[in-house]
Amino acid sequence: MNIPSNVITLIAGVAMTLISLWYGQNHGLLPMAASNDAGQVDELFNFMMTIATGLFLLVEGVLIYCLIKFRRRKGDTTDGPPVEGNVPLEIVWTAIPTVIVFILAIYSFEIYNRMGGLDPMVAGDPGPNLAHAHHHHSELVALDPKQQNIALGLGVSPGSEQGVDPLEVKVNGIQYAWIFTYPESGVISGEIHVPVNRPVKLAMTGGDVIHAFWLPEFRIKQDVIPGRETNLVFTPNQVGEYPVICAELCGAYHGGMKTRLYVETEEDYQQWIQDNTFAMNGDIDESSVALNPPPISDREFLAPYANDLGVGSDTLAQLKSQS
Amino acid sequence: MSTTIERDVSTTTEGHKEHPQRKWQDYFSFSTDHKVIGIQYLTTAFLFYFIGGALAEVMRTELATPDPDFIQPEFYNQTMTMHGTIMLFLWIIPAGAAFANFLIPLMIGTEDMAFPRLNAVAFWMIPPGGILLLSSFFNGAPQAGWTSYPPLSLVSGKSGEEIWILSILILGTSSIFGAMNFATTILLMRMPDMDIHSMPLFCWSMLATSGLVLLGTPVLAAALILLSLDLIAGTAFFNPAGGGDPVLYQHMFWFYSHPAVYIMVLPFFGIISEVLPVHARKPIFGYRAIAYSSLAISFLGLIVWAHHMFSSGTPGWLRMFFMATTMVIAVPTGIKVFSWCATLWGGKLSLNSALLFGVGFLSSFLIGGLSGVMLASVPFDIHVHDTYFIVGHFHYVLFGGSVFGLFAGVYHWFPKMTGRMLNETWGQIHFVMTFIGFNITFLPMHQLGLQGMNRRIALYDPQFETLNMVCTIGSYILALSTLPFIINVVWSWLKGKKAPRNPWHALTLEWQTASPPIIENFEEEPVMWAGPYDYGIDTESIDGDEDVEDMLAAVTAEGK
Repeated sequence: MNIPSNVITLIAGVAMTLISLWYGQNHGLLPMAASNDAGQVDELFNFMMTIATGLFLLVEGVLIYCLIKFRRRKGDTTDGPPVEGNVPLEIVWTAIPTVIVFILAIYSFEIYNRMGGLDPMVAGDPGPNLAHAHHHHSELVALDPKQQNIALGLGVSPGSEQGVDPLEVKVNGIQYAWIFTYPESGVISGEIHVPVNRPVKLAMTGGDVIHAFWLPEFRIKQDVIPGRETNLVFTPNQVGEYPVICAELCGAYHGGMKTRLYVETEEDYQQWIQDNTFAMNGDIDESSVALNPPPISDREFLAPYANDLGVGSDTLAQLKSQS
Repeated sequence: MSTTIERDVSTTTEGHKEHPQRKWQDYFSFSTDHKVIGIQYLTTAFLFYFIGGALAEVMRTELATPDPDFIQPEFYNQTMTMHGTIMLFLWIIPAGAAFANFLIPLMIGTEDMAFPRLNAVAFWMIPPGGILLLSSFFNGAPQAGWTSYPPLSLVSGKSGEEIWILSILILGTSSIFGAMNFATTILLMRMPDMDIHSMPLFCWSMLATSGLVLLGTPVLAAALILLSLDLIAGTAFFNPAGGGDPVLYQHMFWFYSHPAVYIMVLPFFGIISEVLPVHARKPIFGYRAIAYSSLAISFLGLIVWAHHMFSSGTPGWLRMFFMATTMVIAVPTGIKVFSWCATLWGGKLSLNSALLFGVGFLSSFLIGGLSGVMLASVPFDIHVHDTYFIVGHFHYVLFGGSVFGLFAGVYHWFPKMTGRMLNETWGQIHFVMTFIGFNITFLPMHQLGLQGMNRRIALYDPQFETLNMVCTIGSYILALSTLPFIINVVWSWLKGKKAPRNPWHALTLEWQTASPPIIENFEEEPVMWAGPYDYGIDTESIDGDEDVEDMLAAVTAEGK
């Protein structure tokens, strides 16, 4: 058997290409995708994985080939050939990665845009403290018409259906829990329930330190920063139960700071809202969670809650003596 | 041109007697000799490597099971912070400085560094800085991660955090002093025959590194001083409670700490460029491409920092800008990797420990580089940011890249540093264990991160238990792999075979002097017999006993 070396090279090249193409689609490394955007991120990852596998096989193949083929034979004390470079070859291996990263950058840009990352509402940075300022204006910062560049994070996908109001949920990250407030119904919960196929818009701030809101099945993550509002918009397309994970070191029990996201059918979601609204109506007058509360002082506003805080006079006395 | 010039042995030995002899006390004192300082750096760095490694084993033991049952979560965060800080600031950076100190003056044919006293000061700041950092364990070590983001760093233990800041300031200052020395020495003190394009590539990579240190470290110092004021004086530069901006800290921190990645890997790129040609017996492939790509990496490294903040307070257009610059870095890095592979191609590879670690470097750094390009892509990075995918990625860069390169350097220059040969068998056992342990530890982490395991946690979801157990087993193999290394180094240093002047028949100048080099470095003005990588030009003999006079005559004839 004497196969010419360029035939072997050709076969090796074809085999490497086929393996890369196959592995790029069948790596099985990602969890399920629960939104359209997640599916697009997965396609991007599969594309990168294909290229990476090809390059990996090429370079590792060259290294292994060198170790076997070009090892010094016993008794051979001569040097190798004095090859100091090869300009055309060097131009090729400069050009190919340049083209690859160029394609990757454009592809990533496109996907990021489709995810709503360049939505003007969220693409700008308001600087710190606007989220705090919005308490005084009693208007949602992200919807303030006077502010052109508002919050950080992912906005509404440009391709999404017009006219569908996203479900707004306010997210507060504190050590070590997530608190979700539904401005529409006044529901406050430690888990998040959303209806399937309706965009969800999260308006997030941190209560103490920086946290990060991560939905692995949706491939989205955004830091939750005290004193600032950040946003995430996503549209779940699969009913199910998904983890919500804090991804930014926030203290000793950072690993325990997680909850669940329930994507439900419209009926189940409405049922859950109702159950929780009734449960809360027992203690709280619904008018107190309206979007535009009448101008009342903090003392008046907080008075009804004082009893529920679980802070008695002895606790206060303790705090006073400590400070 | 023959590869070595073996001088008459008798003159060397006679010459030796007239020279001042090195005393062992020199290594424990304020010596201004760059070779002593280099070895001081290297041994100190290794001591901290063992401490940092022990901390890593504590973490991996904790992570073998999902529950925080081995150590308390608070102590886990302290361990994690200290592991990161020690490995970066007391192991990789000083180890790079160790090789730079030992090698630069020898490679460019000069007697010492430009500022020998400053050089000694730079080294002697390391032990106090390190001891100060370790002392925080007695008083509540810092636990906000090596990134120390406010507001968490402002509320999780004042004394530990302040000690951490002071220690980094000391170590950073030391690093600046070192960089001033390296850059000045390389630029101004080369021997007359050596123009900048005939100096060894290690010097090029140290030039690029020094530039980054000088531009980046002061910004880190500024950030840490402001953080320190927030911490102890109640100012609010970064504290949102007082109107400060925690994202500003992240910008300032990463303005240094991204270039720091290159500060940590460029010296070892340089070492690989030295080790591969010698043991492959071939000239380095594309000298200028490798030299200039170091400078390109160094420049680009300064404008990519916000890719650590894609999911933080970075607006969309900025995410796109930093994605583009980050991806461009793949080009000069690719040039290097391909050039190194081409250097091996067609050579005559001696499969000794130094070359094995060099090839190990190439194969692992490749994975870190490929995952790095993936991470540059914003939509994908948003998913895996702050997960074990990142942990896997940067260990492939810093362990698979820097540490493998470092070991390649140790095996290559140990004969020059100590005058003794290392044992090959033990070296190869060390390589095999390190390579296997390393890959078992860090490869599964990519999958963990993709599937939803976040980083910096002492407790995790039970679905990840199997892979974590694999990582932990790998880390034990990795820990054991240092044993053959320690045995080899200690035994060889004391009783190893005496090393000749030039055991590898290498062409760079450090191999022209004795092993270990005499105190003045060179007997007389060194001569550049050949370029640093002119292998294979004279294939007749690499063990030739040619007469120096003949060689000189040949050189003079060539010159005419």
